[in-house]
Amino acid sequence: MADSLQQLGEYAVRQHPAAIGSMMIAHKELTLHVAREEIVTVMTFLRDDPRCRFEILIDICGVDRPARTNRFDVVYHLLSPRLNQRIRVKLETDETTPVASVVGLFSVANWFEREAYDMFGILFSGHPDLRRLLTDYGFQGYPLRKDFPLTGYVEVRYDDEQKRVVYEPVELKQEFRSFDFESPWEGPQYVLPGDEKASGGSTGGKA
Amino acid sequence: MAETDIRQFNINFGPQHPAAHGVLRLVLELDGEVVERVDPHIGLLHRGTEKLIEHKTYLQAIGYFDRLDYVAPMNQEHAFCLAAEKLLALEVPKRGQLIRVLYSEIGRLLSHLLNVTTQAMDIGALTPPLWGFEEREKLMIFYERASGSRMHAKYFRMGGVHMDLPPELIDDICAFSEAHPKVLDDIEGLLTHNRIFKQRNVDIGVVSLQECFDWGFSGVMLRGSGAAWDLRKAQPYECYPELDFDIPIGKHGDCYDRYLVRMEEMRQSLRLMKQCCEKLQSAEGQGPFVAQDRKIVPPRRADMKRYMEALIHHFKLYTEGFHVPEGEVYATVEAPKGEFGVYLVSDGSNKPYRCKIRAPSYPHLQAMDYMTRKHMLADVSAVLGSIDVVFGEIDR
Repeated sequence: MADSLQQLGEYAVRQHPAAIGSMMIAHKELTLHVAREEIVTVMTFLRDDPRCRFEILIDICGVDRPARTNRFDVVYHLLSPRLNQRIRVKLETDETTPVASVVGLFSVANWFEREAYDMFGILFSGHPDLRRLLTDYGFQGYPLRKDFPLTGYVEVRYDDEQKRVVYEPVELKQEFRSFDFESPWEGPQYVLPGDEKASGGSTGGKA
Repeated sequence: MAETDIRQFNINFGPQHPAAHGVLRLVLELDGEVVERVDPHIGLLHRGTEKLIEHKTYLQAIGYFDRLDYVAPMNQEHAFCLAAEKLLALEVPKRGQLIRVLYSEIGRLLSHLLNVTTQAMDIGALTPPLWGFEEREKLMIFYERASGSRMHAKYFRMGGVHMDLPPELIDDICAFSEAHPKVLDDIEGLLTHNRIFKQRNVDIGVVSLQECFDWGFSGVMLRGSGAAWDLRKAQPYECYPELDFDIPIGKHGDCYDRYLVRMEEMRQSLRLMKQCCEKLQSAEGQGPFVAQDRKIVPPRRADMKRYMEALIHHFKLYTEGFHVPEGEVYATVEAPKGEFGVYLVSDGSNKPYRCKIRAPSYPHLQAMDYMTRKHMLADVSAVLGSIDVVFGEIDR
């Protein structure tokens, strides 16, 4: 299984050396890292090549990594029912650079791309109907970005005086409590009081 | 203006419509009674599940999966557990696998019973749902007896299941799987050769196999169009390879074939349930029902009374939770509605970095526009019934 994935990955890289930057196999899953401009070429190849036959587009989703310049990963999952194999295709983009849409190749991509746009603000060029999908009518912001708060910004209620639903800034009786569970020996970002003495700095007073 | 001139209508179907199977708003553009375009407006049940999961530990996140496809809750939990287990490299013991398969099949039965009978209700038959719900109630009691909850069970855990099954429960499930085919016969007697049911379903919402691939269909939608594709056979997980079952397929890809496939799948599920029960009762199915990794699986309550380590583990696992090694996986199960997948990205902490839920009904509903075009208005509810949508998992 892993062997055939290795061969498949190498084959794909050989066919499109310019488009496919690298391949990786982890947990018995094959991932191709693709240049953003070449996504349509690669997807066409993966769908039509007799050794690939990835005819079902399972999923498109975004992953936000705000620390990176190209903060978004766009992840495509493909399935070949004929050859019984799966593949993952990844590319990177940022808030302003659009990714070419694959709706022309897979009709199913329509809603997946709309969802990625809705949740992350990832733009897709050539998409026939890039509207918001899951969020409320008139919603602002991109909820699955890491800098979007879990509670959101607005809440709705029915106002009996105005006889309509009103939007108000969210007000919490208690803040959302996100505990830091990292053990003090493994991963805290902050400096514990007294740590400066251990690091041998000159800030600590002499005993 | 003559009455015949006004033929273009725009109507709203839902969000509160009994045939919408939840909260779906369809904006229908009609030419007389013929559907020209369907624009589904979804998201009315959007709860931000994926965002919430990013803020919960892995153990806490399981509960959200029950609330996706709430007619077959445990199948969803299964996918998430499989994903986390893949990252943790955790093996599920045999008894755990058997219990999981048993309850996945109960879930399939729950879902298909609801779908088949409400599909009949959508086109006017009222008796099947009453009969179907009676059986569903029995199955939910099996859920309750195993997990303490009728619907939102949170029973599957990383490494196995939460608690062992008592022997009486296994006996009762076994007895159910023997008695239930009679009820299926009754439902089939009402529907399969029913003239009205056939008039409303045969040759309605036809999709060819190539179109199924293009629209990303899976599960019954794919099998109804003639592909013998079932993840339980094709990419087996748990102990499915050891069990004996068949995959029914349809020929025409219409609503009626999908109904027939679901009916036969229920019978196959009963076969699987019976085999699981027998194995659970035999010597082969004894042993631990959950992996013995103390850093991931919480200790038993009895151990906590006696061992200090168990108490420490319990405290750590229910506050901090376990850390999952960095990496990304895609795990999938054959849920009743099709391929339910979880794409899990871990950054090595105790919370998922990203958890994308791939719900099977989502692409199916998307194809509504394509499937109902040029159909009559009344066929919209027939097609909607046969694609088996549940809004918990579409809106997430």
